[in-house]
Amino acid sequence: MARLLPLLAFILLVALLGFGLRWNMKHDQREVPSPLIGKAAPAFSLPVLNQETRQFGSEDLKGKPYLLNVFGSWCPTCVDEHPVLVRYAKQLDLPLIGYNWKDDPADATAWLARFGNPYDVIVADTVGRTAIDFGVYGAPETFLVDADGMIRLKRIGALTPEYVEKQLKPAIAALRPGAGSAAK
Amino acid sequence: MSRLVMRIVRAARVAVLCLLLPLAAHAVQPLDFKDGAEEKRFQALTRELRCLVCQNQNLADSDAGLAGDLRREVFDQMRTGKTDEQIKQYLVARYSKFVLYDPPLSGSTWLLWFGPLLALLLGAGVVTIIVRRRAASLANQTPAAAAASREEEDW
Repeated sequence: MARLLPLLAFILLVALLGFGLRWNMKHDQREVPSPLIGKAAPAFSLPVLNQETRQFGSEDLKGKPYLLNVFGSWCPTCVDEHPVLVRYAKQLDLPLIGYNWKDDPADATAWLARFGNPYDVIVADTVGRTAIDFGVYGAPETFLVDADGMIRLKRIGALTPEYVEKQLKPAIAALRPGAGSAAK
Repeated sequence: MSRLVMRIVRAARVAVLCLLLPLAAHAVQPLDFKDGAEEKRFQALTRELRCLVCQNQNLADSDAGLAGDLRREVFDQMRTGKTDEQIKQYLVARYSKFVLYDPPLSGSTWLLWFGPLLALLLGAGVVTIIVRRRAASLANQTPAAAAASREEEDW
């Protein structure tokens, strides 16, 4: 038995290694769950892309649920995500706000012309101050905010058809009047 | 001859430029500290905060765009008179405890804090048991048997 002890210890270590590998494959290590879920979305007011004089923000969105999608023309994953947004924007049936993060307006405009513009409104945060309030740390990120201004869902990374069908659509359905009482 | 001189001057100019380039890259976002104490405080604080883009770097070291924004935010909040604790809380509320490089002791981090100590105690316990057992078995054996068993151990 004593002779077998080192072997057992070794097997234990290998098992631990295997568990670690599996764990890290299932979870995106870079993903940091947002502490803002279930809390009020920060109040914001930002210039609309290419209309510097027009401001748009939480005041304009009061009382209705909306989807906020953080993107930038400098972000390669946003290119992968974009067809999903274009495809589902109409289906989801709620305002889709584009959040152009730390981008050059000219680059953003060219990027949208090339890949399509699924957004109802696009706000431009060239400074990045408001993004800190939202806890944004990488693009793309997507927030689902309900009619009371609470953040219900945050997707870090690209939206995929699978995510939209399995997570986003049910979450949006739960926000609809009538479903609200059932969800609570 | 003058052509050679010109060539040397040109080479020297390129060399100087190459030497200066890294300096330029680091001077992208200068913060104007009012004194050394403020700079020291800023450096200490940003070293304790994690950059969320390059997650194994702290805010002070990271070149990521977001890190620059967060450094600026930390600096601005220091200027408005907030304490280090308040600034940390501000960031934790938005980015979770993950931004703290020095994780606070709490229910979810006790294993992180005391895990190594537990492992050490466990190891010490195992070693103690083995040593005691060996000492006991050696004491029980006749000297000849003990020598024989020691030979076996050596093998």
